[in-house]
Amino acid sequence: MSHTAMPLAELQRQVAAVTMTPLTADEGMSEVTLDGRSTRAIAERIIAPNSLLSSFERLELYNRQYWFRVLSALAEDFNSLRTLLGSRVYDELAIAYLSAHPNRSFTLRNLGSKLPEWLAAHAEFAGRRHTLAVDVARIEWAFVEAFDNAAFKPLLATDALRFTAESRVKLQAHLRLLALNYPADSLVLDVQHRERGEASEGGHADEREALPPLKLTGLRAAPTWLAVHRVEYNVYFKRITREEYGILTSLAEGQQLADALEHGFKHSRIPAAKRAEHLRGWFQNWSELGWLCAAES
Amino acid sequence: MAANRFNSFSDHGVGIGLRIPHYNHIFSEKPVVDWFEIISENFMCDAGRPMHVLDRILEQYRVVQHGVSMYFGSATEPDPEHLRRLKQLVRRTGTPWLSDHLAWGSVDGNYTHDLLPLPYTWEAVHRTVERVKQAQDVLEIPVAVENVSSYAAFNDSEMSEWEFLNEVVERADCGILLDVNNIYVSSVNHEFDPFIYLNAIPAERVAQIHIAGHSRYEKYILDTHDHPVIDPVWALYARAIERCGYTPTLLEWDDHIPTFDEVHNEALKANQYLEAVKPQALKENLAAVTV
Repeated sequence: MSHTAMPLAELQRQVAAVTMTPLTADEGMSEVTLDGRSTRAIAERIIAPNSLLSSFERLELYNRQYWFRVLSALAEDFNSLRTLLGSRVYDELAIAYLSAHPNRSFTLRNLGSKLPEWLAAHAEFAGRRHTLAVDVARIEWAFVEAFDNAAFKPLLATDALRFTAESRVKLQAHLRLLALNYPADSLVLDVQHRERGEASEGGHADEREALPPLKLTGLRAAPTWLAVHRVEYNVYFKRITREEYGILTSLAEGQQLADALEHGFKHSRIPAAKRAEHLRGWFQNWSELGWLCAAES
Repeated sequence: MAANRFNSFSDHGVGIGLRIPHYNHIFSEKPVVDWFEIISENFMCDAGRPMHVLDRILEQYRVVQHGVSMYFGSATEPDPEHLRRLKQLVRRTGTPWLSDHLAWGSVDGNYTHDLLPLPYTWEAVHRTVERVKQAQDVLEIPVAVENVSSYAAFNDSEMSEWEFLNEVVERADCGILLDVNNIYVSSVNHEFDPFIYLNAIPAERVAQIHIAGHSRYEKYILDTHDHPVIDPVWALYARAIERCGYTPTLLEWDDHIPTFDEVHNEALKANQYLEAVKPQALKENLAAVTV
């Protein structure tokens, strides 16, 4: 019987479909792909066996490598989320997320870009800790972005003195602003601190090691506004007020300064007489941190 | 022969991969290293610590870029943003040549982040040649393709791996990053004589050589880059140098990374083969600057 070669693109689609199918509980290759095709039939059609390994076993090596690689990369960026939920729940979440969102970027850096948004829509993966888990995921993704996003040339503090009601400014490219339901930055900092200690003593913690869910003591829901930003080459978390968050996010959306201030002070408890003083301090602080940049930068 | 147009006639000797656990040692001790190979994708960001580190390295060392996700053999269209960012990085590093793998890893915009082997078919030859030429045209520096280690072969293959490699590099007129460890790994996994592969390579196109360690399992070898180089791989390296002459050589060590000195000393073992073929002019130049 003559053998007709499969077109390259079709062959690659079939191999990718098998490779990206989640592993079984004992880390073997599943018998069916996510869309219900037989992985064994695909392997036997495409992959040649050798004297030691079947077609299925040879393709299984790539299937395993794919999942070990992407799960490891994701766990590196979302270590606090994994610590919060414990490895069992986190692994289920990570596999479901990566199945729904295989990476569309040439760099593993972007692997988790949709995780916070995806997790927000999938409460079933975090149970009672869902809201906190979403906050933690958002902080960890903001950390990734703040770490290596571009840096615009910041305005000087003296530039702020020339602002008018119509002024527009751009925010620093690595600055991320988050409105959270929990003061989850403290949890993330604790995990990072612990990880640094472990890394300095014996290499990084093994992200495949089983981990129980974190025992939470004293972390209660409380509206929290957080800026995640870079100073020199380090990423920092800075708590900000609701008003600061409102003004900064409005400026980031391109609103004029007057409109941004109106938005920021909407429903504010800060007395009108005190607002100017607060604004002076905030703008001075933001300028010093390099958060304000020229609109055309 | 080895300083050739595929490595911009470079005199690079033995280098090692630039890896995060070694940063502190490199910046504090400033060890003498002939050159560092960087993974391009690790530095294709906008700013922050990675670029700061790279700029500090570039102040003191020669750097050559090695990529892991160009996927020359992918049948569907590449991300133009990838090439744009790669070109930016090429300008920044001044890399004399650039390498990536003779593999595929993305399809319809989804990335596997693996170096998947190609079926050795004429369709794959034509597709890969097209992509390598495109990269050379855009990047305006020599591109070398690396033979990958593999664990699977395809029913549809129409030629051997070395025949496939030769067809691609001749038609694309590009260089070869010859990974002798990968030849060894694949020779065990696919049950062929690695010297047949090595002797079939067009030596005049070899821009660079990779050496590395691997992990042996009961039924296969995995290319893990987490061990010293084994003797059979050194034997392949010796033959490669015999055929290619003095060639830029790089040790890859990517997992369970030991101290800088341990990695560097393992790499420097290559000098016992390179010294014998080092061009006289290069020896004199080195003697002049090290007196």
